[in-house]
Amino acid sequence: MPEPSSQKIPVTVLTGYLGAGKTTLLNRILSENHGKKYAVIVNEFGEIGIDNDLIIGADEEVFEMNNGCICCTVRGDLVRIMDGLMKRKGKFDAIIVETTGLADPAPVAQTFFVDEDVQKNARLDAVVTVADAKWLSDRLKDAPEAKNQIAFADVIVLNKTDLVSKPELAEVEARIRGINPYAKLHRTERCKVELADVLERGAFDLDRILDIEPDFLEADEHDHDHDHDHHHHGHDHHHHDHGHGLKHYHDEDMQSLSLRTDKPLDPTKFMPWLQNLVATEGQKILRSKGILAFAGDDDRYVFQGVHMMLEGDHQRQWREDEPRESRLVFIGRELPEQAIRDGFERCIVS
Amino acid sequence: MSEFDPGEVPSIASMTDQVRPVPLGMAVTAVHFLGDTAHFIGAEENVAVVSAEGEVSQTPVHGGAILCSACDGERIVMGGDDGKLVALNAKGEVSTLATDPKRRWIDTVALHPDGAVAWSVGKTAFVRPAKGEEKSFDAPSTVGGLAFAPKGLRLAIAHYGGATLWFPNMAAKPEFLEWAGSHHAVTFSPDNKFLVTAMHEPALHGWRLADNRHMRMSGYPGRVRSMSWSAGGKGLATSGAETVIIWPFTSKDGPMGKQPGMLAPLQARVAVVACHPKDDILAAGYGDGTVLMVRIEDGAEILLRPNKGAAISALAWNAKGTLLAFADEDGDGGLLAF
Repeated sequence: MPEPSSQKIPVTVLTGYLGAGKTTLLNRILSENHGKKYAVIVNEFGEIGIDNDLIIGADEEVFEMNNGCICCTVRGDLVRIMDGLMKRKGKFDAIIVETTGLADPAPVAQTFFVDEDVQKNARLDAVVTVADAKWLSDRLKDAPEAKNQIAFADVIVLNKTDLVSKPELAEVEARIRGINPYAKLHRTERCKVELADVLERGAFDLDRILDIEPDFLEADEHDHDHDHDHHHHGHDHHHHDHGHGLKHYHDEDMQSLSLRTDKPLDPTKFMPWLQNLVATEGQKILRSKGILAFAGDDDRYVFQGVHMMLEGDHQRQWREDEPRESRLVFIGRELPEQAIRDGFERCIVS
Repeated sequence: MSEFDPGEVPSIASMTDQVRPVPLGMAVTAVHFLGDTAHFIGAEENVAVVSAEGEVSQTPVHGGAILCSACDGERIVMGGDDGKLVALNAKGEVSTLATDPKRRWIDTVALHPDGAVAWSVGKTAFVRPAKGEEKSFDAPSTVGGLAFAPKGLRLAIAHYGGATLWFPNMAAKPEFLEWAGSHHAVTFSPDNKFLVTAMHEPALHGWRLADNRHMRMSGYPGRVRSMSWSAGGKGLATSGAETVIIWPFTSKDGPMGKQPGMLAPLQARVAVVACHPKDDILAAGYGDGTVLMVRIEDGAEILLRPNKGAAISALAWNAKGTLLAFADEDGDGGLLAF
């Protein structure tokens, strides 16, 4: 029997380009007095100073699944490590997977979607990306890995903000938002961030798709109004001064796309359309999420996806006091925006 | 080919009252016999040694998780996340065979009847012959499983993209058997004619070693985690479905072009299988806690444990086939004498 998701061990994936400060953040998490025990999966085993009882060296082996879908890759070593770690159940409360600076987060995330045994015991909590405020803008130009990590992130820790001027910081933030307007962004020095801001985020929890992402709504309005100002983060105490005069960057190859309608969707059209979309464009689509209002259905339907993998479920009844509207977000590379918009339009009940 | 017809099975016989309950007090992942003494391998640290009379004593073997174990009847060898390879013999003596200098996990282990031991750490497979020096081989990716051939000092190493056959004492280049995907457990047929791997996807893959002809064995709803050769190597019984799937290996083509036998269907996934060493009988443990004994010829079943408790995680016969031991993930064990 699968265990309820609350009893599954949360897994935080820690990514970031070389030198951004991943190890600093990891040590901060481990050294803080939180009373929790972490199992930490790292790559340069035994070569970096991490003070933790349970450290496992990984090989970062990315395997293709034999299911005919070329972008369906998993971390084979992670499957093995999770298997071994489950023998020590009860000895730790959560798992942190640190990837190398050049890693693509997708295979890590997909491991938690496709492997039955991994899925039974653990749940992906969030992808946290540490970015270097001074060098990220450059890396976004010359390192596709860095861009992937930003696009994939649920939480971005923008580190080393003390090394840049205010305009430089505004610039790098705008570049991040040009790629991924939905991630929570925290400005830090030496990765000083509240643990609650990076751990136990529930970013892959279908039930919390909206609860934890008010950005989702605001970004949507931003899109709707064709207002290319940087959207304001009213909820985030770190950011008091932005939303004013920031440039909007449109990243040439990595974008986000949001769709919304207050008319009901036809599930017999929408589901095949979505499945076909991720089947044909899944290599380009890094992340997708949505809350859907289907015609003749009193329940909200929520889904999320990583590349070609989708998971979705009826979540709960629509409340009387909330508008029954459907909202979708895609983050990806060279997204065929017009085709997606047109396809979505055709799923609306006329 | 044997086919299972549920219509012909009489109401199920039960031997549950003859099972001696063995409370082990720890999560169990495997069980092996040394003589008539059952050794239950804990998920962590300890082996519970249980005499035929049901007396339990604990022997500490590792400083953390016990990741793998193998038994040759003389000793049990285990690898741990403490980076140690440890042997336990019938006298209860524990010895450390190898220690990884970086304290990396010992992921897999295999034993040869002549006393050789093989183990793997990440991509590297090691062999220590009964006599002679230790040798190692770097696989192209992490080793998923190891198995010694029944004859000669030859080791099969399963990894991503296939399996490698290595003669540690010969200079010849190891032979690579290619098949896309990730290969975990690996086993030679007792007649040394076939090699079979359990893949990460729910399927087995096999090679006929005479000509490396491929054999695909698929259709499982879940990953195959347990494989056991029936008496004389006539069939390979496997977990991973709601019935015991047993592939026929009596002909020179192995299971190619044949349907497997499907025995003992339940509403639960088969978790562990163990074939009797001499007779055409097997035991099967299920995800819902059920343990059945099944006659391979006609699928007749005898209930050994009803469907309550945790998933069965350990199941083994002694070499004579007179004792059966099983345990679930929570450490509720049982011992049955025939």
